[in-house]
Amino acid sequence: MAKKSFYHFLGCIIPHRYPSIESAAKLVFKDLGVGLLDMEGASCCPAPGVFGSFDRVTWATIAARNLTIAEAGGHPITTGCNGCFASLWDANHEMKHDDELRDAVNENLAEIDREFKGSIEVWHYVDALYSQIGLEKIREHITRPLKGVRMALHPGCHWMRPKQIKKKDDSERPHIFRDICETSGAEYVPYKDELICCGAGGAVRTADVKLALEFTKQKFDSLLEAGGADIIVTPCPFCELQLDMGQVEIQKHFEAEYHFDVLHVMELLALSFGHEPEEFGLATHLQYMQRKNQPNWERLGIEAKT
Amino acid sequence: MYFSMNSTTSLLSVLILTSTEEKSAIIIDTPDDSFVQMIKKTGGPNIQNCYQCGTCSGSCPAGARTNYLVRGIIRKALLGLKEQCISSPELWYCTTCYTCTDRCPQDVMPTDVIKAIRNVAVAEGYMLVPHQKTALKVLEAGHAVPLDSENWQNLREKVGLERVPPNASRYPEAIEEIRKIAKKTGFDKLIEEKEEKEE
Repeated sequence: MAKKSFYHFLGCIIPHRYPSIESAAKLVFKDLGVGLLDMEGASCCPAPGVFGSFDRVTWATIAARNLTIAEAGGHPITTGCNGCFASLWDANHEMKHDDELRDAVNENLAEIDREFKGSIEVWHYVDALYSQIGLEKIREHITRPLKGVRMALHPGCHWMRPKQIKKKDDSERPHIFRDICETSGAEYVPYKDELICCGAGGAVRTADVKLALEFTKQKFDSLLEAGGADIIVTPCPFCELQLDMGQVEIQKHFEAEYHFDVLHVMELLALSFGHEPEEFGLATHLQYMQRKNQPNWERLGIEAKT
Repeated sequence: MYFSMNSTTSLLSVLILTSTEEKSAIIIDTPDDSFVQMIKKTGGPNIQNCYQCGTCSGSCPAGARTNYLVRGIIRKALLGLKEQCISSPELWYCTTCYTCTDRCPQDVMPTDVIKAIRNVAVAEGYMLVPHQKTALKVLEAGHAVPLDSENWQNLREKVGLERVPPNASRYPEAIEEIRKIAKKTGFDKLIEEKEEKEE
């Protein structure tokens, strides 16, 4: 059987702000024997809460243009961003079910000699790992179980909501993201506000960063009330930016200081697959660059060679 | 606005603040449903399912800390109060987390209704400057968060990646295609008009 391959949709924040996630994802998919193909000339997804709030047809047309790149090659798409996933998956779904929207989009795409055909599927990394690759296969690659590391989760919103349409997981009692993260051997720490939004989405961070940070702060306080954690893991780079850089911004706006190491699920898996943090650049997260410090290696149970 | 808060007037003040003496009520005999039809067409098809239970607002993390009230906006829209809906700043406090959508017992899909109302707001010139700037970045660089400095390229190199990723940052023809799309849909004009208004 030919090797399974996905078109790798990078989006904006992973390749332009948190490239360690891109690097970690490449290591993990390679270890799992799954191909990641470049999507040449893919643009912004475009951001669902931003462009989707401005003009639905423009949003769907730009998303459809990205989909046509993958349709031409005949492979499904995978992406490590909840926002990119939302735009590509939702636009794909809506155009397959709404002829009026599809016709409007294709009329626009004709301007650039493209046509949306609806011939491919879109998978979040979490989805691809869980339903296309499987937990058993992931477990086979865990060579450095993160024993004793206390792990809080932030699943974020858009890979599983709206649940009736996405049909991925029960958004009130999700288990898929947790199941994947637990393969790393880290210990899951529940906290009350695990499922609330990080605050960044829907064009709120752009309009009012302080309001967005209030959400984030609520999450951090809820986690500390539950006894704290060594790491916070998320499947989304925009959530990661909000939780990671957000700590520096919270310090500025609220004079409250938090020190959490925030990892994307691909960074967590890369570590537990035995890769060293410097192989994918864990210490390049913007929190560390701004604060001129490093991840808490002792809490992570890892010795860094820096 | 100032009310003296001695014991005899404090209760009265509260009454004034919440009564039509302070701000006259909008009298609606027959609601104008053209706004509702517009919302249904723009991505909020189930708005008329709403029976005002308030599950949306009770679930809303933005509503917990601001005056953003999903239920109120939906009711105003159903009453045809278009201008009140599209001009309110709190319309932009929704993070689109979809918790209300997942809990709504009437399948109103409130998040999509809010996004549809935002679409109408933008079409009528209500767009915040930071949002307009973000939209412009996509037309200029192909990305809302662009690779706009040497530092970001250095960061990529540091983690073992090529300095410029194989997305629109590397392919100017991709950005050209985005511009053509925006021109065709009229989206570029929406942003231009706002710029002129700001001056």
